[in-house]
Amino acid sequence: MRIRIQHRTAYIYEEPAAAIIQVLRLTPRNHEGQRIRYWRIDMDQDVQMQSGEDAFGNVVHNICFTRPLDDLTVTVQGEVETHETHGVVKGTMERFPPGLYLRETPLTQSDVALRKFARDRAGKGAVLDQLHKLMEAIHREMEFNTKPTDVETPAAKAFELRSGVCQDFSHIFIAAARSLDIPARYVGGYMLRTDGQIRQEAGHAWAEAYAPDIGWIGFDPANNLCPSLTHVRVSAGLDYLGAAPVRGSHQGGTAERLETTIMVEHIGAQHQQQQQR
Amino acid sequence: MYLADIYGKQTCVKAGIVPEDLVWRNPAYRPEMAGVAVPHGVYVHIAGVDIVRIDADDFYVLEDNARTPSGVSSLLGGREICFRLMADLYGAHKVAPVDNYPDELVSTLRSVAPRGTTDNPTVAMLTPGQFNSAYYEHSFLADKMGVELVEGRDLFVRDACVYKRTTEGPKKVDVLYRRVDDDFIDPLAFRPDSMLGVPGLFGAYAAGNVTLANAVGTGAADDKAIYTYMPEIVKFFLSEEPILKNVPTWRCRDPKDLSYVLDHLPELVVKEVHGSGGYGMLVGPQSSKMEIEDFRARLKASPETYIAQPTLALSTCPSFVNSGVAPRHVDLRPFVLTGANGMKIVPGGLTRVAMREGSLVVNSSQGGGTKDTWVVEL
Repeated sequence: MRIRIQHRTAYIYEEPAAAIIQVLRLTPRNHEGQRIRYWRIDMDQDVQMQSGEDAFGNVVHNICFTRPLDDLTVTVQGEVETHETHGVVKGTMERFPPGLYLRETPLTQSDVALRKFARDRAGKGAVLDQLHKLMEAIHREMEFNTKPTDVETPAAKAFELRSGVCQDFSHIFIAAARSLDIPARYVGGYMLRTDGQIRQEAGHAWAEAYAPDIGWIGFDPANNLCPSLTHVRVSAGLDYLGAAPVRGSHQGGTAERLETTIMVEHIGAQHQQQQQR
Repeated sequence: MYLADIYGKQTCVKAGIVPEDLVWRNPAYRPEMAGVAVPHGVYVHIAGVDIVRIDADDFYVLEDNARTPSGVSSLLGGREICFRLMADLYGAHKVAPVDNYPDELVSTLRSVAPRGTTDNPTVAMLTPGQFNSAYYEHSFLADKMGVELVEGRDLFVRDACVYKRTTEGPKKVDVLYRRVDDDFIDPLAFRPDSMLGVPGLFGAYAAGNVTLANAVGTGAADDKAIYTYMPEIVKFFLSEEPILKNVPTWRCRDPKDLSYVLDHLPELVVKEVHGSGGYGMLVGPQSSKMEIEDFRARLKASPETYIAQPTLALSTCPSFVNSGVAPRHVDLRPFVLTGANGMKIVPGGLTRVAMREGSLVVNSSQGGGTKDTWVVEL
């Protein structure tokens, strides 16, 4: 399946920021389930980008502005061809053994309630089976709601509220899996909506967990499915912070305002529609 | 070597020398460091090794400090005071000087500047600020070293290089002797709420444009759980027996060791793996029954976070106390500097004294004192 993505982020400062520095993880890489046809990051302000790779294999761009800016728009666009792998993730850059992904981070720390939930819902079956049960239970018992949580909400808190967004669902899944000694990690990316809606408010997030004999498998607890053709994997990390599309800091300037628009569309579908006309 | 390995090829984990979870799940391990080439391959530029003597000839390593060991200002200050009080003693003996430590430190730091920097690299000392308990040492050392003492807000990153703000405009910094913990050095790489760090610093470091001393993630080599594996680690990399022995240690994560420890609590010293400063520890022989039982419960709840050691008969030194001269227990922390051209050991060290009679806890945060220490040429 061919998916076209356009992701625009505008930063607007009421008073100009004297300096801005950002670390971007906005560039997907090839693996068995996806091939990048083209990808580019554009800035509407003149700047030099330093690119590199972090320990988790993500492509990282560092940008910094040392002159005052009123606003900045970052546009990412590209086209990705996805292939059916039934959620299994192969061909990624792996620097660490799965055991590293048992580490707890502040955002994925489990508490007594979450550990009990994990034990009760996952049951005693094979790891793959446990993971599916966990995903289903999170999907069933959590309410999707953008209001009560934000990017800093840890898993245990979102679980207590029983609501949140895909980031919270993923953190809960990761924390629960790790509490069962199953390595798990956070994935940021884009998802093609099956209802035909192209414009989206935010990027997507899901989790990957490691099952012996199979390897890394994607689990999308917000949608209760294993990511396949519709998902474009961009970054991975121990939690949201490690995979965050943008981590930035600005000096001076007030009231940073953010406007994000994301368009994810199926190119083949468009062609078909045109042909039908 | 151990650090280069766990952030690189991971051979000692694969060989089963150190249990996987002690490396990968160690809070002081920084996955972000994997694959980062540290300048000149040096991770621990400044190490403090705590050593104790338990009988006439036997010295044991009590603890390694590979993060940001402190106490050098007490070492230098102690020497200065003693020299003023007893100058004639220094005339009568050939005492190796320690006051060149700041110069040695600067030359060590200069030697590890990133390749391609000028012949005269700029060194700066990064402090969390005046509210830090070691701020005195930071300002004292920076002054003696003749380098600038900076806080996070005095620095900024541009195009993956670190600069300090000066009245004459930005000046590039090549080596940062940082006394800010890993968690706080860069809000874009580690704790996002840190106000003490420099946004983008880790990016500049990973790009190889600045040296951090010590490197990020060195704590993975000095915690008390890894300590128990040090003799094996030394053998694995060097095929040699370590010269300095470890204190025999029971790993409470091991069920057999744990049951021994639980049975012998009143005679052991039990420490938290990630504790420091003498907090969260039990000195069996000097604790009440209630304290021991209380600790037993904590130990049972999370055994893997504790180690136990026999209560050592630490050597004593005559000390001036209120009642006159009396023996007090001591340990010794020599400082080891590692630069691009090898290692240097300060001929002296920080001798820490447990001021309370009979006490074995020498940490300054627990009311410990210090002594001047001589290396004498005969």
